[in-house]
Amino acid sequence: MSRRLSWSISLMLLPAVAFFVVFALGPMIAAVYISLLDWNGISTPHWVGFGNWAKAFTDSVTLHSIFLTVQVMVLSWIVQTPISLLLGVFLAGRQRYRALLGVFYFLPLLFSAVAIGLIWASSMLSANGALNSFLKAIGASSLTNDWLGNPNIALYAVIAVIAWQFIPFHTLLYQAGTRQIPQVLYEAARIDGAGTLQQFFYITLPQLKYTVVTSTILILTGSLTYFDVIYVMTGGGPGYATRTLPLQMYITAFQDAQIGYGSAIAVILAVVGVLLSLIMIRLTGFGRMESQAEGL
Amino acid sequence: MAVGQSTARREAAKPARLRRMLPNPIPLVLGLVWFVIAFYPVYYMFITSLRTQAGFLSGSLWLPPSNPTIENYLGVIQNGIGLYFLNSAFVTVISVVLIVAVSLLAAYAIARIRSRVVQFTFRVFLLGLAIPLQAAIIPIYVLIVHIGLYDTLYGLIPPQVAFGIPLTVLILVNFIRDIPNELYDSMVLDGSGHFRILRSLVFPLSRPALITVVIYNALQVWNNFLFPLILTQSSNVQTLPLALQQFQGQYGVNVPGLMAAVFLSVLPIIVLYVVARRQLLGGLTAGFGK
Repeated sequence: MSRRLSWSISLMLLPAVAFFVVFALGPMIAAVYISLLDWNGISTPHWVGFGNWAKAFTDSVTLHSIFLTVQVMVLSWIVQTPISLLLGVFLAGRQRYRALLGVFYFLPLLFSAVAIGLIWASSMLSANGALNSFLKAIGASSLTNDWLGNPNIALYAVIAVIAWQFIPFHTLLYQAGTRQIPQVLYEAARIDGAGTLQQFFYITLPQLKYTVVTSTILILTGSLTYFDVIYVMTGGGPGYATRTLPLQMYITAFQDAQIGYGSAIAVILAVVGVLLSLIMIRLTGFGRMESQAEGL
Repeated sequence: MAVGQSTARREAAKPARLRRMLPNPIPLVLGLVWFVIAFYPVYYMFITSLRTQAGFLSGSLWLPPSNPTIENYLGVIQNGIGLYFLNSAFVTVISVVLIVAVSLLAAYAIARIRSRVVQFTFRVFLLGLAIPLQAAIIPIYVLIVHIGLYDTLYGLIPPQVAFGIPLTVLILVNFIRDIPNELYDSMVLDGSGHFRILRSLVFPLSRPALITVVIYNALQVWNNFLFPLILTQSSNVQTLPLALQQFQGQYGVNVPGLMAAVFLSVLPIIVLYVVARRQLLGGLTAGFGK
């Protein structure tokens, strides 16, 4: 193992570094700079210092979208975690029928967010869509609703569709995690007379601790950036009902041409995202992988 | 249930064996409930795509139409969905080849060379895992406009590559590190240089990891919506997800037509899923499966 940085090694690193610095890291840093400008993208930019930042924390629309984003984070976690956990444990079982059901469970995972948004917005949740037809068919007409058009309900409808989109992914994590639990633990518990529920709470759940942490942080950081599904289904509306931070950033920068202000919102997203990811690196395996490298 | 147990004990064991053969009813029922929730929207999309526009409003919730029509599909194809397929395929193929090629080179260097500069580079890539796409999109837009690639398919590729690199490098580094040192040593003794080792040792041995990263990145690029939304404008350079979203406006109340377009857009992925389910699902959780 060489410690020297030779020419050929530099050549190997160069293309990846160039792409990454020019089109990912550089833009990220540039976003901080642009957030200090008053700029519409065309005319000469004006330096406004922290003006956009002050605006972000006083503008009622942005504050509202911060509030919505936190709601999406918390509710997504509450909805997605227990369902994914149970489904993952369920699919970890070796029965044939479970494997077969798994084939169908994971299908939505592969669809583009746009496809998912269109399926739900146009045929499931629309006024004459499947959900309302179903409610009418079972005699519950009073429960029918304009799911995406009613400002009191739209956010919950969006959170439900996002859950539908992402539960398969987290199920996959929990399935893999459950399968790694040593069978000896269960055998010992059975000898001690533990029932199924006891086994779940005293073995499965504690053993899945790291998976729960990973999945949780992915849900939280993911909630910050959910954009496609919401954009396709509601465009942030009705009114401001589903205008979460990423939508507020998009609308501010690209529809209202306030590039500087939009960048301030983007940087807020990034800072919170990086903080959450650092927590993930602390609590899960990513940090340990580097320490493994030290031993080489 | 060892041989030689008393008859009485064997009788007692019977219900246990029966229980093992018949699925436990509570998980079975809950499992079927989730089956309906997970799969019904996909099924409903498909049966809707076979309905006439008038038939959509009166159609059954569960059954396909008695006389299915393919006119929705013909309409979508006439509307030029073929071009959007080609656009998406073009961007996906070039991006994935670039991502995997540059990441493999970098991962080899990171896995083999303990120089400070190299390891620092790795840390910077890892930091990239935390950068949300949305946070960098405004400067990327400014940059792409500036270098004259706005509203071209080429403009979509560099940002896709940049955001594919961190996770791809991470997965490949972990894999290359697991290749036994003796194999490298023997090649070094034979006088092979880095590129030679990469080509005849690392490349063939890391095939499973390469397949994983190809699948992961292909799905990411194929399904990406934000870059085309912001970096293109003309309809002839639209990729599939953006074109679908525009169909939504064009088709308005023609839900069967829209669902036919959605179905065509997911069809290649469904086919791939049928052929290579394990690799697809493995590719999606790569890097998180701890």
